[in-house]
Amino acid sequence: MGERAEAVETMNATSEKKPKATREAYGEALLELGKKRDDIVVLDADLSGSTKTAKFAKEFPDRFFNLGIAEQDMIGTAAGLSLTGKVPFASTFAVFETGRAWDQIRLTVCYSNTNVKLVATHGGITVGEDGASHQALEDIAIMRALPNMNVIVPADAVETTSVIQSVADQIGPFYVRCGRAKVPHVMPDDYEFVLGKAYTFHMGRDVNIVATGIMVDAALKAAETLSDQGIDAGVINMASIKPLDEAVLLEAAQKSKLIVTAEEHSIIGGLGGAVCEFLAENCPVPVKRIGVNDSFGCSGSSSELLKLYGMTAEHMVETIKSSLSI
Amino acid sequence: MNSATKGKITDVEELRKVAKKIRINILHMLTQSGSGHTGGSLSAADIATAIYFSKMKFDAANPKWDERDRFVMSKGHAAPLIYAIMAEAGYFPKETIDTLRKVESPLQGHPCCQKLPGIEVSTGSLGQGLSVSNGMALGLRLDNNPARVYCIMGDGEIQEGQIWEAAMTAAHYKIDNLCAVIDNNGLQIDGPVEKIMNIHPIHDKWEAFGWHVIDIDGHDMEAIVKALDEAETVKGKPTVIVANTTKGKGSVIFEGKVEFHGVTPTEDEFNMAVKEINNG
Ligand SMILES: Cc1ncc(C[n+]2csc(CCOP(=O)(O)OP(=O)(O)O)c2C)c(N)n1
Repeated sequence: MGERAEAVETMNATSEKKPKATREAYGEALLELGKKRDDIVVLDADLSGSTKTAKFAKEFPDRFFNLGIAEQDMIGTAAGLSLTGKVPFASTFAVFETGRAWDQIRLTVCYSNTNVKLVATHGGITVGEDGASHQALEDIAIMRALPNMNVIVPADAVETTSVIQSVADQIGPFYVRCGRAKVPHVMPDDYEFVLGKAYTFHMGRDVNIVATGIMVDAALKAAETLSDQGIDAGVINMASIKPLDEAVLLEAAQKSKLIVTAEEHSIIGGLGGAVCEFLAENCPVPVKRIGVNDSFGCSGSSSELLKLYGMTAEHMVETIKSSLSI
Repeated sequence: MNSATKGKITDVEELRKVAKKIRINILHMLTQSGSGHTGGSLSAADIATAIYFSKMKFDAANPKWDERDRFVMSKGHAAPLIYAIMAEAGYFPKETIDTLRKVESPLQGHPCCQKLPGIEVSTGSLGQGLSVSNGMALGLRLDNNPARVYCIMGDGEIQEGQIWEAAMTAAHYKIDNLCAVIDNNGLQIDGPVEKIMNIHPIHDKWEAFGWHVIDIDGHDMEAIVKALDEAETVKGKPTVIVANTTKGKGSVIFEGKVEFHGVTPTEDEFNMAVKEINNG
């Protein structure tokens, strides 16, 4: 390879490594899917610019349905489309997708077991300035409680791309939660998502951090700091919240003294809830849940909010050290 | 052989006879199960009979047949009606109706598509069937599939906001392979629809939402068939049939009685009602 070509390749590689929002990756993955498969249809509720389904809409206007500001109708319409063999992706903000249309998701998606893919964006507090009304902190809990529903929270763009392909290839209801803010790349380029399988960066002997979504990056940073201080901290990316990777949880609980869960969600009912439920019955060990502590969010920049709610790597380090009584 | 090749019942007198059988089977089912919804099953019996036996293409032996017309009972509590029809159409053995609402029966209290092939989508939480019908109609259109979609709603049910979201959607997307029917029996659970939450003028509202509206007497078999025919000819917009009906239709025991919404007949009431239906 010539010097110039090499330089270009490095440049591409680094530009690839620029932080990217998972919603951005979703929009691109959806467009690619649409090119490959004409059974893919997309629905949105007047937020296609923000959810990034607009990319698909522009390319495939006949297979895109904007339902207007009518989330309940969007879910029912998606269920109907799936019943004729289409594979619908229905998107809006996580709050509206799961909260406004929960009963519709329950009846016509989960109970009817239809092949509907709910991909929400703007999950969690990193929605930022729009404040609590727009920050979904309960969506994982209320989706997880539904029979037949699978729940996935990708950590970065690479994982999102793989997740979208994976859910399109599988039959049944899926909830995929993407975010608004740009996030660093944490997953290897050749990573492939497998439903029910976590990705273990490192299995720790002192503590294992089970993280999901944007908290995987914070967990990796925290683990590095802890390692510098002689604490062996593992990091597990639990993108597949339902089904959970129980085998990896069991191993982590058996090998370390403490499990820490980290999610951009209420500590009630989400990843922390799922992990506690499983470990309490199968391998009771001390667990510390990091997330929003039974409160609503508020306005602010995403980095300010992560600090405010104790969801930074620094906070994670402190929590872990005090839990290990170091 | 499917019913598309078998041909539909065109004789109105014949349809009336089928509707009588359907009513009797509804009452049989409800009497022996001791729970379920009487009034709303009886009021929509003529409409549903006409849709299934004079119009819809389906193959009871192959419920997923690609070219079948789709039916959605949005007011899912009228499950006994749809079960009586499906039994008559041969989706399952007639004896199965005796298992209504029993543990592990395919005939759940409200229709369940995972337990009963031939049910397109599970219903029971009101207000959702029209959205699903729209989705199916759009999917069929994308595939150039000429099949049509039928959806029965209650008049009380249209108090749900989602119905009006779906009403907008159907008109916006010019969904003309859909025919909705409102079983306008004037009653809901707590009393007359007008008193609980007025929905009138129904006709004007749907028209304003961009629908072709047909008002009929929902117990006049000839009028029902005519309206269903007319719906098929309307292009570029969805059609809704406002079927003016009597809740509990079939016997004076139930007719117009709000208390028979979710109450089943006694053995005596059943026997009296069967006589009345047969003589009617
Ligand atoms: C979302 C929802 N709310 C409440 C109910 C309880 N419910 C069952 S039937 C009914 C009244 C329905 O009235 P209508 O649509 O007029 O039906 P019909 O009179 O024909 O039985 C109600 C409130 C329900 N099934 N779903």
